[in-house]
Amino acid sequence: MNRSGFFRFMQRGLGLAAAVALAGAAYAQQEPIRIGAFLSVTGPAAFLGDPEQKTLEMYVEKLNAAGGVLGRKLQLVSYDSAGDAEKARTFAKRLIEQDKVDVIVGGSTTGETMAVVPLVEAAGIPFISLAGALVIIDPVKKWVFKTPHTDRMACERIFLDMRDRKLERIGLISGAGGFDKSMRAECLKVAPTYKVQIIADEAYGAGDTDMTAQLTKIKNTPGVQAVLNAGFGSGPAIVTKNFKQLAMNMPLYQSHGVASKEFIKLAGDAAEGVRLPAAAVLVAEQLPAGDKQKTVSVNYKKDYEARFKQDISTFGGHAHDGLMIAVEAMKRAGTTDKAKVRDAIENTKGFSGTGGVVNMSATDHMGLDLTHFRMLEVKKGNWTLVK
Amino acid sequence: MNWRTPRTGGLALLAAVILLLPLALVNNYWYEVAILIGINAIVCVGLNLLIGYAGQISLGHAGFFGLGAYGSAILSARYGWPPAAALAATTAGVALIALLVGRPILKLKGHYLAMATLGMGIIISIVIVTEDRLTGGPDGMSVPAFTLFGMSLAGERVWYWIIGGTLVGAVWFALNLIESPAGRALRALHGSEVGAQVSGIDATRAKVGVFVISAMFASVAGSMTAHYSGFITPGKVSFFHSIELVTMVVFGGMASTFGAVIGAAALTLLPQLLTVLKEYEMVVFGAVMVSTMIFFPRGLLPSLMLALARKRK
Repeated sequence: MNRSGFFRFMQRGLGLAAAVALAGAAYAQQEPIRIGAFLSVTGPAAFLGDPEQKTLEMYVEKLNAAGGVLGRKLQLVSYDSAGDAEKARTFAKRLIEQDKVDVIVGGSTTGETMAVVPLVEAAGIPFISLAGALVIIDPVKKWVFKTPHTDRMACERIFLDMRDRKLERIGLISGAGGFDKSMRAECLKVAPTYKVQIIADEAYGAGDTDMTAQLTKIKNTPGVQAVLNAGFGSGPAIVTKNFKQLAMNMPLYQSHGVASKEFIKLAGDAAEGVRLPAAAVLVAEQLPAGDKQKTVSVNYKKDYEARFKQDISTFGGHAHDGLMIAVEAMKRAGTTDKAKVRDAIENTKGFSGTGGVVNMSATDHMGLDLTHFRMLEVKKGNWTLVK
Repeated sequence: MNWRTPRTGGLALLAAVILLLPLALVNNYWYEVAILIGINAIVCVGLNLLIGYAGQISLGHAGFFGLGAYGSAILSARYGWPPAAALAATTAGVALIALLVGRPILKLKGHYLAMATLGMGIIISIVIVTEDRLTGGPDGMSVPAFTLFGMSLAGERVWYWIIGGTLVGAVWFALNLIESPAGRALRALHGSEVGAQVSGIDATRAKVGVFVISAMFASVAGSMTAHYSGFITPGKVSFFHSIELVTMVVFGGMASTFGAVIGAAALTLLPQLLTVLKEYEMVVFGAVMVSTMIFFPRGLLPSLMLALARKRK
């Protein structure tokens, strides 16, 4: 090997690395309040990360146009973690160490969130996650909060509705994703409390395009009165279609993981009559006038649809709630001091977001209950509120 | 001693870079990037022995990386093994698996070998995703910190030196292997398998041997990643990660140990630098890749060295 040539090459590389590092350091010396985000804007969970990213951008702009927070402008520093926990961790480190953000709002999936938890705990920085699973906030972690309802709550809400409809024996079908598996486990756990018996438990793979076999098995299980599908992505749409093709003639429940218009588009006619628990924002206009979430939901829907010419999903709503909870906490704390902002977030009370009315406490870092988790039914290709 | 050979001057230069680099690492984030480069480089140095020198493709090395990561994670988190013992046991286990798998599949050639290694990687990935009782499934699992003689090794600055040291060791091993009779046998195999066999080289043995070594490199890097990051998900075991690793080797320059290191460095650093471009990131990344392969057809380092050598004449 030619040593001097190699040496010169390495020298140049080193110089470049140093220059980049210095540029980064200089960048970190401005004044605005920095909101850090790492989201799955691309990749398999893009349907979560994309609306979240758009929502954060839009509201940071809006808040700045209204004069900022604490007299300072907001600056959004966001990275695309593409659903990869390893990337999420590296970007979180970048947000904390390099960009020196004041708060982190992000983590579209549970895996990404959990990979970052040890970092934010060690660095002592408030982190509001946008992912679903219960493990994020149970056990409570000092610096970690979340805005979406947990998978356990989705099970509970569905079982409540089943009880009202006198459905006691059900079949469960779930996918292979993290969300699917976690929700399946939670449903199995809480079913006895609601006197619901899960008498069939089927699973499908990540890339499966036909779930007829699993559904036929459920259909042939004697006594099945309803089917619950724990899953997100394209799986639930296929389940819904197959369900119709098999003329199962019983209620089908989906999870809040399909709470976007995409699901109805994919499943088409078969989606008619499907029920799922979701945040109120999907049915913003149908909410009764006195509802605490009416104003915030209608405004969010209007803003988002006007700006991006796209249907809203509950996922973007979670990002809205996360950002607003952080901003409100900063206002109440009167500072961006991380420990004080954390305390203020923990003391969030009566905050009306798109996901529900948030009442956090030292033992509850989500602050939502079942009362604002709405049961929706698809009617004529649209979401309607089950009364 | 001749300082102009990779085995002496090259290795000394790498050690010097690793020693001096902390001067340019202004915060823990840059340490993190350096560590990621080191981890990828360790895998690539091993993979390059297989691809670059022995001329055998593997599209399943993320599988070995994942086995290493999850082996260490499961033994230390679920069964309470000391991490050092878990790492050693896992590496031995992976070597055994590679040996068992390697013997039949390395009889295959070209596309068939690619298919077989691809299938192997995907099977490992599926097992890790579905055995959620042990592995935590798609959401991943936490891994305890690495402890050695009662000391807990945590933090970027500690791990920088561990990974850096391991990388120097890996490069040293690879460089010496290549210059050994076994390494010459491998290169002979790459040139002509029939020719090598006629000259008395046990082709299967040599190929399986290097396959096992490269799997062990990947496994150790995987174990270290698991303990360093404290959390692993099946993303690192995916087919895409395998492709990423092969790309690093090819990008840096096949049959060049330092090429593999540079390929790993370039392809780890590039996405971090390009991320500021937002939606154009992938376009620019693709353009860099394509133009590198057009203008540096032998890979980054070998092509540069060749150009420099020509210029001097």
